[in-house]
Amino acid sequence: MIEIEIDGQKVQAESGSMIIEVADKIGVKIPRFCYHKKLSIAANCRMCLVAVEKSRKPLPACATPITDGMVVYTQTAEALAAQKAVMEFLLINHPLDCPICDQGGECELQDIAMGYGKDISRFSEGKRVVKDKNLGSLISTDMTRCILCTRCVRFGEEVAGLVELGVTGRGEASGIGTYVEEHLISEVSGNIIDLCPVGALTSKPFRFKARAWELVQHSSIAAHDPLGGNIYIHTRRDEVMRVVPKECETINETWASDRDRFSYSGLNSGDRLLRPMVKVHGQWQECDWPIALATVNERLQALRETEGGNRIAAIVSPNLSIEEQYCAQKYLHGLDSPHIEHRLQQVDGKLIPAARLPAALQAKIADVETMDSIFLVGCDIQREVPLLGLRVRKASLQDAAIASLNPVDFTFNFEQNAKCILDPQAFLLALALLIKSAVVSGEEKNLSLLAQLANNDVAYCGSAEYRAAIEAEMLAIKNVFMSGDNKLIIMGALAVNHPQASLIQQALLWLAQHYKAKFMMLAAGANHYGAVLAGALPEKERSIIDLWQAKLAAYLLVNVEPELDCAHPALALEALHDAECVIAMTAFTNEKMFEYAHVLLPLAPFSEYAGTMVNLDGLWQEFNAAVHPKGEARPAWKVFRVLAELAKMPDFAYDNWKEISQKIKREAEKVTLAPLTQQYALPMLQHGLHIQPYWPMYRSDALVRRAEPLQRCALSDDALIVLHPQTATQYGFNDGDKVSYQQENKVVIISIKTDQRIAPHTLYWPMGFPETAGLWSFAPLLLEAVIVTELN
Amino acid sequence: MRSLKDIAKSFMLWELLVGLKLTGRYVLSKKITIQYPEEKTPISTRFRGLHALRRYANGEERCIACKLCEAVCPALAITIDSAPREDGSRRTTLYEIDLFKCIYCGFCEESCPVDSIVETHLSHYHFENRGENIMTKPMLLAIGDRYEADIANARTEDAPYR
Repeated sequence: MIEIEIDGQKVQAESGSMIIEVADKIGVKIPRFCYHKKLSIAANCRMCLVAVEKSRKPLPACATPITDGMVVYTQTAEALAAQKAVMEFLLINHPLDCPICDQGGECELQDIAMGYGKDISRFSEGKRVVKDKNLGSLISTDMTRCILCTRCVRFGEEVAGLVELGVTGRGEASGIGTYVEEHLISEVSGNIIDLCPVGALTSKPFRFKARAWELVQHSSIAAHDPLGGNIYIHTRRDEVMRVVPKECETINETWASDRDRFSYSGLNSGDRLLRPMVKVHGQWQECDWPIALATVNERLQALRETEGGNRIAAIVSPNLSIEEQYCAQKYLHGLDSPHIEHRLQQVDGKLIPAARLPAALQAKIADVETMDSIFLVGCDIQREVPLLGLRVRKASLQDAAIASLNPVDFTFNFEQNAKCILDPQAFLLALALLIKSAVVSGEEKNLSLLAQLANNDVAYCGSAEYRAAIEAEMLAIKNVFMSGDNKLIIMGALAVNHPQASLIQQALLWLAQHYKAKFMMLAAGANHYGAVLAGALPEKERSIIDLWQAKLAAYLLVNVEPELDCAHPALALEALHDAECVIAMTAFTNEKMFEYAHVLLPLAPFSEYAGTMVNLDGLWQEFNAAVHPKGEARPAWKVFRVLAELAKMPDFAYDNWKEISQKIKREAEKVTLAPLTQQYALPMLQHGLHIQPYWPMYRSDALVRRAEPLQRCALSDDALIVLHPQTATQYGFNDGDKVSYQQENKVVIISIKTDQRIAPHTLYWPMGFPETAGLWSFAPLLLEAVIVTELN
Repeated sequence: MRSLKDIAKSFMLWELLVGLKLTGRYVLSKKITIQYPEEKTPISTRFRGLHALRRYANGEERCIACKLCEAVCPALAITIDSAPREDGSRRTTLYEIDLFKCIYCGFCEESCPVDSIVETHLSHYHFENRGENIMTKPMLLAIGDRYEADIANARTEDAPYR
């Protein structure tokens, strides 16, 4: 700690910090453009020049480290003259088109020009004009406005691992652009909109829509991934206009993923359900809430009497608030039904949810960047939880060793030190081999079944060479993983949704305990953690597949599109078509919903209701409604409350959501931790093509699927099956072929694409598309080429 | 002495004559009564009457949807929605002025960077039905088109004093 003086104020500060950091800490304002606390120091705008005693010239505050006894003046004639001169230079080439610029009103250049700019320009020569770049459907550019602060370039290089943006040319000809004419391919590209101090990079979906001064800011929580990123929702005239990140160092730092930032554009899609609807004699009729609710109550009570309560199931979205999930669960139990499920994509019901694992074993989000070695299992971290991916990248840049076991050689923005690309079926074998190599003789008695498995070769088939190749790769992973002190194992969605997820989890927990590593599990949905605490999951280790296979009499869908959101969508659709009563409580409808449902109740989506979400860290985060619900939409907990009143269920008279969350909090303290080792039967390896289903980043939930700018952006996936070119050749397919597959007597036709990054014998299978909704199960399947002309 | 003078004045109706002197002066002077509405007084170039949206000579509307008029309006009479037009330029999709709210202060005109929203010399207008007090964008543009010569003239005349 050393002492410096800024404008007469004496301050103690860490030696090595820059003048601007110290000034910011004590609230002395120094104008700046290129400096940003999360980016490296460029010192190219020169706006932060300050006078320092014993220095002949003014110094840039952002790039001058403090020294003991330094005396800094920010307001002297010398400093102000320097700042004003810089401002004049910056404005030479700036077009001053503020009236048509979206940044107008929230522009750093505009604000600082008010204080440091002259009202008359002395520059009479022609201004520079720079051609605009096409950066895709999310970011619009007006490059003439650029002041070359290079914040966007540094964000790309340092934070996002995005190498497309850079400065080209020299002197007056220099400009920001993409080296190759292409769109920005990054899941966090939207952050350069916030970083840009001028209007050169602005939001395309928000383009020309509103002014900063018209907007009302509401804090909220992003509802798409388990990170629970803090956001601000900006509204005008009771309508969501845009979303920007809210600073939270332990969760999202200052960033927001593109999914969290732009998903709002789906809120007012044409599919919004605004009034309750009831199907009468096969005809849909709009009706009032009391009639709709009475109909629901009547039908469910009748079924409960004739068939029994356990013939009713509720499927709820993992993105709902904990209050809604709790009320759904309580209502279902009030109907004597234990069937409620929110883990839409998980097929293995034995998987222990993160909320039931000991907290000491689990890593916090902020800890990820401090790790020395990270092992990713079935995890496309950049696209599953984009901002967590940034933390892994941060760790990697600080020399953390990253190893991965994945079905696809994902292109990450960090380096992987060891990887094993395998078809999903062999995951368990690979982990067993890893455990085998980790076991020191004499410790066997501590091992679970899985470790013993590795010694018992008979249980698993696969040729000796195949095994040897995997073993070698896993050994490399082990060496990489063991190298650090702080270790972390991340079990990603591909592993969580794996048919043998519970066994994979057992293996990873064993490894975590053996190596004293932390463990992190990324299940889909913004409030999976909360849903477990609220008890929104079925008893007896059942999964959603059991609920579909049981062909129940009534299904209650809460903000779910089963054919797009659930594993085995065809099975789900069949169960729904056969059910006597399907009640869809939903914010958005689709064609299929009108076919299978009997009653439609409009729900308030994200931004229109208040509640609590529990994130990956187990952190309870409350959020308020930013706008009123559209039409007659209502939050789900209110709907369940009225339904419960109609059914005369006791203890359901909640007046506000806070009562509910307090009650859940009290009950959640009693959640029992699951035993870490359990015994399960082991599956055998099967031949054929193995399906690796995945939910593309921009198909993950109903709202995102309707966010049109996200659907058009470069990172949005197509409804294509991807497989390795060699595997394709082996089966006689070419890139772009149309193929058919048959499951349960249904034939579905779909296009294929070849990609070197996919593991052999694996079909990388995008879910969340109507085209892939014919999938019945993840069992190996046979593809057949179809002749395209026959289709037409 | 004083009372004598007062008595004399009152008998001679002096005050009345003083008053009649003023009356007489106006009886004989030039009449200033205007036979409204047949006759009208001249009005200032800065008169603030009914609003109009102007166009450039090539027919392009001037308004660029900067929303400064909406922001500056003290009576919150202006409502604007904007979006990119097909050619990518920034345009209003809705421009409404509520004449019941408007206080004719002229701030909108002052704030406009492109001289698009102006207050014309029109002071004669009336509403017969509910809702007619809302001036929509086509109505404002139509007024602008019709009185462009007057509007331009007023602005030219006022220019030296700005």
